[in-house]
Amino acid sequence: MTLDELKPGNSGIITLVGGEGALRRRLLDMGLTPHTRVTVRKVAPMGDPIELVLRGYVLTIRGEDASKITVEPDTSAPKTEDRRSRHYRG
Amino acid sequence: MDYLLALAGNQNSGKTTLFNCLTGSNQHVGNFPGVTVEKKEGCILRHSDMTLVDLPGIYSLSPYTSEEVVTRDFVLKENPRLIINIVDATNIERNLYLTLQLMELSIPMVIALNMMDEVRASGNSIDVGELSRQLGLPVIPISAGKNEGIADLLDAVEKAVKAPAPPRKLDFCSGAVHRAIHAIAHVIEDHAREEGYPTRFAATKLVEGDEPMMAALCRDEGDRQIILHIVEEMEEETGTDREAALADMRYTYIEQLCRDCVTRRQETREQIRSEQIDRLLTHRILGIPIFLGIMLLIFVLTFSVIGAPLQTLLENGIQLLTDGLESLLERAEVSFWLRSLLIDGVCAGVGSVLSFLPLIVLLFFFLSLLEDSGYMARVAFVMDKLLRKIGLSGRSFVPMLIGFGCSVPAIMATRTLSSDRDRKMTIVLTPFMSCSAKLPIYGMITLAFFPRHGGLVMMALYVTGILVAVLSGLLFKSTIFKGDSVPFVMELPAYRMPSPRSVLLHMWEKAKDFLHKAFTIIFVASLIIWFLQSFDWRFNLVPDNASSILASLGSWIAPLFAPLGFNDWRASTALITGLTAKESVVSTLSVLTGASSDAQLSSVLSGIFTPLSSISFLTFTILYMPCVAAFAAAKRELGSWWQAVLAAAYQTGSAYLAALLVYQLGRIFIH
Repeated sequence: MTLDELKPGNSGIITLVGGEGALRRRLLDMGLTPHTRVTVRKVAPMGDPIELVLRGYVLTIRGEDASKITVEPDTSAPKTEDRRSRHYRG
Repeated sequence: MDYLLALAGNQNSGKTTLFNCLTGSNQHVGNFPGVTVEKKEGCILRHSDMTLVDLPGIYSLSPYTSEEVVTRDFVLKENPRLIINIVDATNIERNLYLTLQLMELSIPMVIALNMMDEVRASGNSIDVGELSRQLGLPVIPISAGKNEGIADLLDAVEKAVKAPAPPRKLDFCSGAVHRAIHAIAHVIEDHAREEGYPTRFAATKLVEGDEPMMAALCRDEGDRQIILHIVEEMEEETGTDREAALADMRYTYIEQLCRDCVTRRQETREQIRSEQIDRLLTHRILGIPIFLGIMLLIFVLTFSVIGAPLQTLLENGIQLLTDGLESLLERAEVSFWLRSLLIDGVCAGVGSVLSFLPLIVLLFFFLSLLEDSGYMARVAFVMDKLLRKIGLSGRSFVPMLIGFGCSVPAIMATRTLSSDRDRKMTIVLTPFMSCSAKLPIYGMITLAFFPRHGGLVMMALYVTGILVAVLSGLLFKSTIFKGDSVPFVMELPAYRMPSPRSVLLHMWEKAKDFLHKAFTIIFVASLIIWFLQSFDWRFNLVPDNASSILASLGSWIAPLFAPLGFNDWRASTALITGLTAKESVVSTLSVLTGASSDAQLSSVLSGIFTPLSSISFLTFTILYMPCVAAFAAAKRELGSWWQAVLAAAYQTGSAYLAALLVYQLGRIFIH
C-alpha cells in the first residue's frame, strides 16, 4: 500500500520511495528512506496535506506526494517514544 | 587578520537565535549575489576580527533549491575559515544529515548542539564526548534561547580558528557505495582540484547524480561513461538507485551513531505539548476558524486598537514639525517655491508614508510571534489545499491576507517563503488584495453613486481583486512559473516561546528597511510628483494644479481611458497621484474639481462619471500598480528593477483589461 492510504494513527515501514527530481530528493533528504518507520498522525482540515511522525520529528507532505511512497503496514508495538504520547492522548 | 565564519543548519534549529546571541545587534542584512536569498552578517561579540555569515536554513546540499545552491557556492567560493553547524538536539537524526554533507566540504567545523536544556529536562541524554569522538569534530552543548553554553562555544570557535583542522572523518559506510565514491574520486581528482572543489564532496555529488557538478567536472565524454558505469555497478549491487543509496548511507550511519550516543526515553516536553496544542490549532473543524480568528485579532489590534492611535500621534507630530518648519521658512522669507518644495513636496510626501510606520512595526511584531512560535508552519498546513489550486503553497496565505491591510508589509513578509518561485508569484499577486488605503476611494464613489448599496459594491470590489489574483495565479502556473514548483515537504517544528530579542530585532530590521525606502525611493517619487503638480511647462509656479504639468499629462493620457468610460483629465490625474499613496486619489479629485465638501464632491463626480463608468474606475483603482512604497518593497524583495517594473506593468495591464470588460459588458447589459 502507499503512505497516503495509511489511516491517521497507523504506522508503516517504508519499502520504496518513488517520484522524481526535486520532490524525490527532498523526501529522501527529510529522512523518508527505505526501512524507516512512519506514523500518520493527522490529516489537515481540508483533507490534505497529511502530518507524519518519523525519526522523532513531525513532517507534513501532500497526499499526492505520499502516494509515491510505498509502505508495509506496521502493527508491531510502538517504540517507547510513541507509547509516551499515547499515554498523554488518554 | 580578519576571519570569515559561516553559520549553517536546518530551519527551525534556532539558527537565527544563535546568530543574534553571537553577534548582538550589529548585523548587516543584504542578499547573496544574484539571488533574492537573504544574507545576514555581523561581527562576533568581542571578536571584531571574526565576521559571521548566517547561511540560509537548509536540510541538505542538493542542487534543487536556490538556498541550497547559495550555501554550496558560498562555502566553496568564499572558503570560510570555519563552519559553525547548529544541530537541534531534540531532532538530532535529521539535523545530522546536513552535518555529514557539510563535513565533505573539507572546511574546519564546530558543532553547536542546541536545545540541550530540553533534552535534559525530559530525562533524555546525549553523550556529547562520544558524539564528538565519532564525528571527529568539537561538539558544544548549548541552549541559544537561554544563552547557555555560548561562552564554551566561543572558546571552541576561537581555538578552531587559531588552529584550523578540516574534518578527518569522511567515510560513513563501507561496501558498494563506499567503493563507488572512491572510484569516482580517483577519476575526477585532477579536475576537482582545478575547479576548486573538495574531491570527496565532488565525488559524492557525482554518485548522487548532481547535474551542475557533472557539467563542471566531466567535460570529457570518456569520464562521463566511466562514472556512469561505476554508478550502474553500485546500483546493481545495492539494489537501489543512486540518490536513495546515498541518502540511505547517511541515515544508516546516523542511526548507528545515535544508538551509540543518544538515549531517548520519551518525547521532550515541548514535543508533547506541541501535540496537545495542535489538537486544537489544526483541529479538523476548528483549525480554520481559529486561524481566521487569530488573523482578525491581529488586524483589529494593528489597524485600529493600537495602530490607529499611534498613527494619529505620529501624523500630529509630523504636522507639528511641518507647521513649525513652515512658519520658520516664512519668517526667514524663503522664496515661495522652496517653501512649497519642502512643505508640500518633502514633508507631505514622506510624512504621509512615514505615518504608516507604526502599522508596519506592529504587524511585524505579530508576524514574528507567529513565525517564531512555530504557528506559521501550521497555517501553511491548514491552508495549503486552497492555495495549491493556483500553484502556490499554504505558506503564501499569510502575506496575501496581510495585503488586505497594506501591501507594503505583505510584500516584505514574503521573505519567509522558502521557494523563490512562490515568493515572486506572491509578490505579484498580493497587491490585488485590496489594501486599506483604497477604502476612502470606495467611500467617495459609493457615496456619490450608490449611497444605498455601499456594502454590496465594496464586497464586489474585494471579490474582484481576489478573482483576478486567482486567475493570474492560474495563468502564471501554466506559463511563466511553469515547471517544477518546490515540493511542499515541510517540518512542523515544536511550539516554542519566541525570544524577545529575536522579535525586537526583527521589528527593528523591518522598520529600518521601511525607513530606508521612505527616504530614498519614496522621497524621490514625492519630489517628482510635487514638481509635476507645482510647475507648468515653462517652469512657472502655478497657482493651482489645474494648469500644472501633471494636469496636462493627465489630459494626454485621459483618452486612453475613453474605452473604460471616463475620458476626463481629472480622473486620470488622480490615478497618477494615487501612485504616491492610494488615498491621494480622493484628495486630488477634490482639489481638481474645487469641491470643498463631500456633498459637493458627489455632485461634481456625477459630471465626470456615469454610474457604470464609476464602477469601471473603481475596478481599475483596486487592480492597477500599487503605490510607490509597495513598488519599492516589491523591487527590494524581487531583487531587480526590471522584474518590479514588469510586475507593475502586469498589474496595470490587468486593471485596464478588467475595467474594460466591466464597462463594455455593462453597456451591452444596460442597453
